[in-house]
Amino acid sequence: MKSRIVVGAHYGLRDWLAQRVTACVMALFTVVFVIQLLMLPSFTHEAWRAMFAGGFMRFLTFLFWLSLFFHAWIGVRDIFMDYIKPVGIRLALHSIVLLLLIGYAGWAAQILWRL
Amino acid sequence: MANRTVQFKIYRYDPDKDSAPYLQDISVELDASDRKLLDALVKIKAKDDSLSIRRSCREGVCGSDAMNINGKNGLACLTDIDSLKQPIVLRPLPGLPVIRDLIVDMTQFFKQYHSIKPYVINNDPPPERERLQSPEEREELNGLYECILCASCSTSCPSFWWNPDKFVGPAGLLAAYRFIADTRDQATSERLDNLEDPYRLFRCHTIMNCVDVCPKHLNPTQAIGKIKDMMVRRAV
Repeated sequence: MKSRIVVGAHYGLRDWLAQRVTACVMALFTVVFVIQLLMLPSFTHEAWRAMFAGGFMRFLTFLFWLSLFFHAWIGVRDIFMDYIKPVGIRLALHSIVLLLLIGYAGWAAQILWRL
Repeated sequence: MANRTVQFKIYRYDPDKDSAPYLQDISVELDASDRKLLDALVKIKAKDDSLSIRRSCREGVCGSDAMNINGKNGLACLTDIDSLKQPIVLRPLPGLPVIRDLIVDMTQFFKQYHSIKPYVINNDPPPERERLQSPEEREELNGLYECILCASCSTSCPSFWWNPDKFVGPAGLLAAYRFIADTRDQATSERLDNLEDPYRLFRCHTIMNCVDVCPKHLNPTQAIGKIKDMMVRRAV
């Protein structure tokens, strides 16, 4: 019954809400980041590392990356839902993007705690 | 306003005769009393009755003469002809199948409208007289019930263009909220369930094309926002 239109997946609210919350986290991080950057004693690699050495900044930066990835996942998924009509290709693209973003999150954490 | 000549470019397509649609250059002499775009269209049709348009009340109530006017959807009967840049380009509403010239097939649009059950659902036995509302409760419906279903909003919405079969569209969602907001309706939760779907409601990305074109100055985006608010209140 491929010709029947199926809707009613009963999700969407949580993603829509998450997109708003993650946007707030990213906006907050941007403000904190710019302030921190302006307060750097010198523009050297040591000062840059020192900026991320504190637990607060690391915590916030990690939240920023997670927010960015989650936000991007919902946004990119929406684009695929609009433009990619064949369900198989769409599922494949969803999976690729999701797996990539999970990988990026791990990579971001590794970089952050290496600094 | 004196007599004047107005230039048009009008989308013509007769699937029985034309292999492809084309824009026809037409100029028309208007009298001093011709103020609205529809007046000009009626004049054009009097000269060339092969031009197909829908029109009825000619005063912005029936919603049948919605079309794409110089790139923006609107009602011909409410659009001042002298406010338009010439040549005035008229096309059918975008995103819906063209039946002929400026007439589109609105089946998909009305299917979406019907999918939200556009009527009060109340299982209580009907009272002897009407179901009453307080003035404040009635106030809630202002800005919602006035929709004339001209489809200007839904056919200016890219989300509706891409998924007309799945996305309810601004007109349908405005109507949905009109019944969610109605205190006489008892199906609020079912209505929210019906809309909680990534396609039916959440294709709206708040670009507000619908608000921009609505000839009745309604705000479907705000209604959609209120539906989302209610869902959040229900879930959190």
